[in-house]
Amino acid sequence: MFKRLLALLVVVVMSVSLLAGCGGGGNTNTPTNTTGAAESTGATGDTITIGTIQPISGAISAYGTQSRDAIQMAVDEINQKGGVLGKKLKVVVEDDENTPEKTVNAFKKLVTQDKVIGIIGALTSKCSLAITKEAQQRKVIMISPSSTNDTVTDAGDYIFKACYNDSFQGPSVAKFAIETLKAKTAAVMFDNTNDYSVGLKDSFKKKFMELGGTKVVEESYATGDKDFNAQLTKLKASNPDVLFISDYYPTVSLMAKQIRNVGMDKVVLLGGDGWDEITNNAGDEVVGSYYSNHYAPYSDDKEVKDFVSKYQTKFNVVPNALAALAYDSTYILADAIQKAGSTDPEKIKAAMLETNKKFVTGSIKFDPNTRVPIKAITMVKIEKDSSGKLIAAFGGTINPQ
Amino acid sequence: MKKNRIFNAVVILGASVVVFVILAALQYIGVIDEYNGQLLTLSGIYIVVALSLNLITGFTGQLALGQAGFMSVGAYTTAIAIMKFHVPMLLAILIGGLVAAVFGIIIGFPTLRLRGDYLAIATLGFGEIIRVLMINLGSLTGGAAGLKGIPAFSETENFVLDAVIKFSWVYVFAVITIVIISNLINSSPGRAIISIREDEIAANSMGINIAYYKIFSFTLSAFLAGVGGGLYGIYMGYLNPTMFGFMPSMNIVVIVVLGGLGSITGTVVASVAFTYIQEWLRVFKDLRLVIFGLALILVMIFWPKGLLGNKELSISGFLRKLFKRENNPERTVSQQNGSREGK
Amino acid sequence: MEFVQQVLNGLSLGSVYALIALGYTMVYGIVKLINFAHGDILMIGAFGGFFIMGAFGVSPTTILISFIVSMGVCAIIGIIIEKTCYAPLRNAPRINALITAIGVSYLLENGGRVLPFMGPNPKQFPTFKIQNYNFLGINISQTQIMTIAISILLMALLNYIINYTKIGKAMRATSFDMNAACLMGININRIISFTFALGAALGAAAGILFASSYPQVEPYMGFMPGLKAFVAAVLGGIGSIPGAMLGGFLLGIAETLTKGFISSKLADGVAFGILIIILVVKPTGILGKNEREKV
Repeated sequence: MFKRLLALLVVVVMSVSLLAGCGGGGNTNTPTNTTGAAESTGATGDTITIGTIQPISGAISAYGTQSRDAIQMAVDEINQKGGVLGKKLKVVVEDDENTPEKTVNAFKKLVTQDKVIGIIGALTSKCSLAITKEAQQRKVIMISPSSTNDTVTDAGDYIFKACYNDSFQGPSVAKFAIETLKAKTAAVMFDNTNDYSVGLKDSFKKKFMELGGTKVVEESYATGDKDFNAQLTKLKASNPDVLFISDYYPTVSLMAKQIRNVGMDKVVLLGGDGWDEITNNAGDEVVGSYYSNHYAPYSDDKEVKDFVSKYQTKFNVVPNALAALAYDSTYILADAIQKAGSTDPEKIKAAMLETNKKFVTGSIKFDPNTRVPIKAITMVKIEKDSSGKLIAAFGGTINPQ
Repeated sequence: MKKNRIFNAVVILGASVVVFVILAALQYIGVIDEYNGQLLTLSGIYIVVALSLNLITGFTGQLALGQAGFMSVGAYTTAIAIMKFHVPMLLAILIGGLVAAVFGIIIGFPTLRLRGDYLAIATLGFGEIIRVLMINLGSLTGGAAGLKGIPAFSETENFVLDAVIKFSWVYVFAVITIVIISNLINSSPGRAIISIREDEIAANSMGINIAYYKIFSFTLSAFLAGVGGGLYGIYMGYLNPTMFGFMPSMNIVVIVVLGGLGSITGTVVASVAFTYIQEWLRVFKDLRLVIFGLALILVMIFWPKGLLGNKELSISGFLRKLFKRENNPERTVSQQNGSREGK
Repeated sequence: MEFVQQVLNGLSLGSVYALIALGYTMVYGIVKLINFAHGDILMIGAFGGFFIMGAFGVSPTTILISFIVSMGVCAIIGIIIEKTCYAPLRNAPRINALITAIGVSYLLENGGRVLPFMGPNPKQFPTFKIQNYNFLGINISQTQIMTIAISILLMALLNYIINYTKIGKAMRATSFDMNAACLMGININRIISFTFALGAALGAAAGILFASSYPQVEPYMGFMPGLKAFVAAVLGGIGSIPGAMLGGFLLGIAETLTKGFISSKLADGVAFGILIIILVVKPTGILGKNEREKV
């Protein structure tokens, strides 16, 4: 009896979910335009719809959820101030689990069902790369907040990004290591299965040697590895001046402990923007390390302070850099729509290129050829404040060449 | 008997053409919008890949957890053949299948000695080794950054037409795969393969060359998975080794079990359902995968044999049943009358 | 010296693998189910330790308490999962239970992500201040010593339960032949629940040890170690308890030595390559029983 009841329940739940699904998908049964050339259907009635694709579930959902919240916050703010072109801005959020296949599905849904005029995303380079070509063909403005891979914007002039390229970030850190830290030898740890990590490492290594470094030794691991003792034992023998860890903060904070543990006490640790949030996740072992970032949450900058305090009151955490970039992306897109005066993608695209304003992650101006922002890199130094808490202090700026 | 077969073939061919025309037309006039059309195309790719796994796991009875590995070999080979050697698309997909088949032969050998879960874990291991290989063959496969800019099925600017062309390619391959597998299963080698699943020792003592048929089954399965992978690569336009890890392999196993081990139509239905349900769950936002996990558990508990068990949905069987029912006036006649009156 | 150091690194990694592998192998030995959700039990165990030590600080007493509480809670969760998800499938094809296990894994991982007090962000696991002991140029930390020692202790305890207690005897009988055991008056359902509880408790202990060695907890943390431990269990001969230990240590050492002396890029490939070679040479794993199939 009980079993049958359960079965009944399941059937009901399933059918309800199916219906809900159909409802969600079926309410946009307007016939699609067969002649292609995306018409600016994102502005129906009194709303303008944009979309975002974020990894809300899956292993990197920590980033996706924060970015989603930041985008929603930006949209709410814009609407409070009267919206865009006198209409309300609406954002449709889709999850891609950080898998390119789901990104493609989400993209298709946003473009054909929700009829968005612009997309903020995807978060990682591999997911962005899976949709750039079609975004370009369909003339959908795409602005990736955080895909630092150089080739993301190659697909064409509708693809923008709010962060700098790996080929700028890696060399900047290398320059910092050689010129400021006077390093001669370097070691590199990178995630061999992650495109971000590999790309960043390559550009760091190349520049480090060009600028007069004498030796770079490298060791790798795979995503999800937690034990680096084997590689570190090997690196220890080469006794490097600096150790560049090309990965995200969860891995870095684990690795840093093991680095000190194997007895590499003196080596200065360096990193890229993936280190963001390391101060909430590591201990004494990272004090004195440097990393490049999009913004420093404890900076005195007015925009940064505003953003951090608003985000903190709303969601009770200090926003990470990806959230800041997602927030900026939303504003860049909204500003461009406003400036274009219409929802015609061609005009928005032109207006995007004219962006020249100070945002949370710095002054942003797009390089007209690559549509990558020309902005300075913030070098963050990890210090300990008087109460023993780690803080991301300002460690210098590196300006674009 | 023979008459039956011809009847079957005609019905199946006719039905697949009719289904194709309907689906393509619905997409073209926009009743099935591009998003749903795209999901149909994706389902088609999953039909090819899941059927390839059903051949090994459902019909031959060998649990394999590395099907995404074959898929990645096919996908990369196809993409590289098209991009670097400018091989025509159709040929490139077949080459992808063939190279995957070579891997299938290599992987088939250990299976002669391994059984059950040990085989499962060995195939899982092979899948992982293939992934490591793809990451480390940087100059050829693009390493961790992946391969991008794989030419699409068509370069037309008309998106609706483009979607229909995509769908047509995949549909044709899915139908061919269904035909290959169903013909194989009803042939003498197919019977031999099924006998291995039912009882290896008994099959052996009946004079069936188990080694030969197991490797044959693995090779054909790898070929089909490779073809599916080739389609997948072109469909995605971008390849990355992480797209073919452990979880994608498991997803294929889930499809096959959901549809019913050893049921071709079950696999077809499950492939479509699996693709769509994952998308429908989008309305649950954050809870999407929680509900997906729950659904898997409940389906397994209440339909332990999958949707169809090892039975098949068949149109000719359905038609036959319908004819039989017409002789039996109890239900159908009154129903038909009802509908006629309605008109 | 570097070689000895690397072997030591491998041993401490291997001891965690071994402990997780024990949970897999025990459940497999009794119900022939690959419990893919075992890695997620590890995650829950680690979170248990995280909450307790986060609230009461790190001291030998709190460590002991978190072991006891986490193991108890996970044992209960293990029984619940068994009763609700696996028990209805006992007579279904085994692959169904495998899919169910994946479903449970999805549920636990994503459930953890959605729960407000766990959430997706990785959190630091509280540990002692690292202390290194150095002798003859070989480095060993107190965490490594603790991990190896507690693993060996738990393995010995498990060995005792299985080989020298009444319920252990019943477990062995059930594993050998479930129907015959049932006829002999053994309460199969109780034995299976007990096995799941024991396996989950070991998983929880492994979780705390894992989180102490790699001090970070997040909902997806169990996936990779779970997969590796599964490989270790098969390597040693799934269903065999000494096999799981051997497999765990072997995999840990093989992985570490590959990273240290061959290539860190190929480490996973080499680990799986070894697995396949061993399986081809000995199809039931190193210590697996070779069951002759009779007609």
